[in-house]
Amino acid sequence: MFEALWGWPPPILDPAGPYAEKVTVLAWVLIALAVIVTLIVCAALYVAIKGPAPLKRRLGGESAIWIGGIAFPGVVLTALLIWGLTLTADLTSDITGDEPRIRVTGEMWWFRVQYLDPAGRVVMEDANEIHLPVGQPVVLELRSADVIHNFWVPHLSGKKDMVPGRTNLLRVQADKSGQFGGVCAEYCGGPHALMGFVAIAHTPADYARWQQGRMARLATANTSAGPGRQLFMASGCGACHRVAGTEANGLAGPDLTHVGTRATLGAGILPNHRGTLMGWIGDSQGIKPGNRMPSYDMLSAAELTAIARWLEQQQ
Amino acid sequence: MLVTACKPPEEPRYVPDSTLAEQGRTVIEQAGCAACHVVPGISWPAGRIGPSLKGFDDIGLIAGAVPNTAENLAAFLRNAPAVKPGSTMPPIPISEEQARAAAAYLYGIDGDV
Repeated sequence: MFEALWGWPPPILDPAGPYAEKVTVLAWVLIALAVIVTLIVCAALYVAIKGPAPLKRRLGGESAIWIGGIAFPGVVLTALLIWGLTLTADLTSDITGDEPRIRVTGEMWWFRVQYLDPAGRVVMEDANEIHLPVGQPVVLELRSADVIHNFWVPHLSGKKDMVPGRTNLLRVQADKSGQFGGVCAEYCGGPHALMGFVAIAHTPADYARWQQGRMARLATANTSAGPGRQLFMASGCGACHRVAGTEANGLAGPDLTHVGTRATLGAGILPNHRGTLMGWIGDSQGIKPGNRMPSYDMLSAAELTAIARWLEQQQ
Repeated sequence: MLVTACKPPEEPRYVPDSTLAEQGRTVIEQAGCAACHVVPGISWPAGRIGPSLKGFDDIGLIAGAVPNTAENLAAFLRNAPAVKPGSTMPPIPISEEQARAAAAYLYGIDGDV
């Protein structure tokens, strides 16, 4: 998540796809116009203070106000509005429906990610991670389960609100493979600042392999065993988390079916390995205060290790 | 008497290469060590499931098991259970150079902070 917020060049000026490219062009044009207007104002100020008397008189005249104060901004801002809306129109319009669809639901304080088939059924569920094929537009169905959130991957698109009771569509496309940070860009209470995710763009061949792997995993029985599995079930983790093919069937928290493959934990905030898994389970409130998972600090070191080992196997 | 009572602060036991320590700080941030440990100089996260690393330079034995030397610490960071069988701290996926840098940072922590 944090790579969405800083870096050089700044992520908002470093587009990795055609839709972000448009936002970047718009940003540069706005910056350029702002600089020009500032220079004009500074020049006028200089003339008003130190300029020759005839120029000062013209600057103070009624026509200067009509031209510089009303006509110029009116024309420039109207043109800018029309151009800006035209430029960014295809980010949301003309969404035909044959592009792959991913439903992303903002929840306090993480992102539920559901991959849809052409009929709109959920075929795979994940959390805080969105996989995309390079060079292909993908339509995101943005929703919210509670309050207003906002979906933002600066490298891939502009911001789009996730509003309760609505489905907002956003088209994104990555033109190079890699991992791009995303954040919730609308204050949503408590640990909002720690609500993030990553978008991972694969080459088409890698994407197909990834997809096949996921579907194969879902088609086979979950045979992973060990003391961690029993502990996971006995500790009640399955009341909030789902692991496909097991009795853990909770819907309140992130789906953990593929948690072992995730790049991050805690909604984009920690790298994912056994150490951070144990730290998160044992003291999630210390890491992300106010989040809805309690700290399982009653588990012993050996128990935490066993659960983390089992979760690592959930690929 | 009065003079001996006012003992000057102890010299740090170990002064690390500051460039290496700075790299180590980045390694510690990226590897997420602070998910379990309070690490001086890293403001977030500050996990409490593992021991705090405040005053690490003054600790004699790593995890109460092996002498606190740069080599031992680097090895411990990469594979704690191999150095101390039964350790709760799992192997951390970092390279040997990264482990050395992280060790340098941890040695640079002054006990008084």
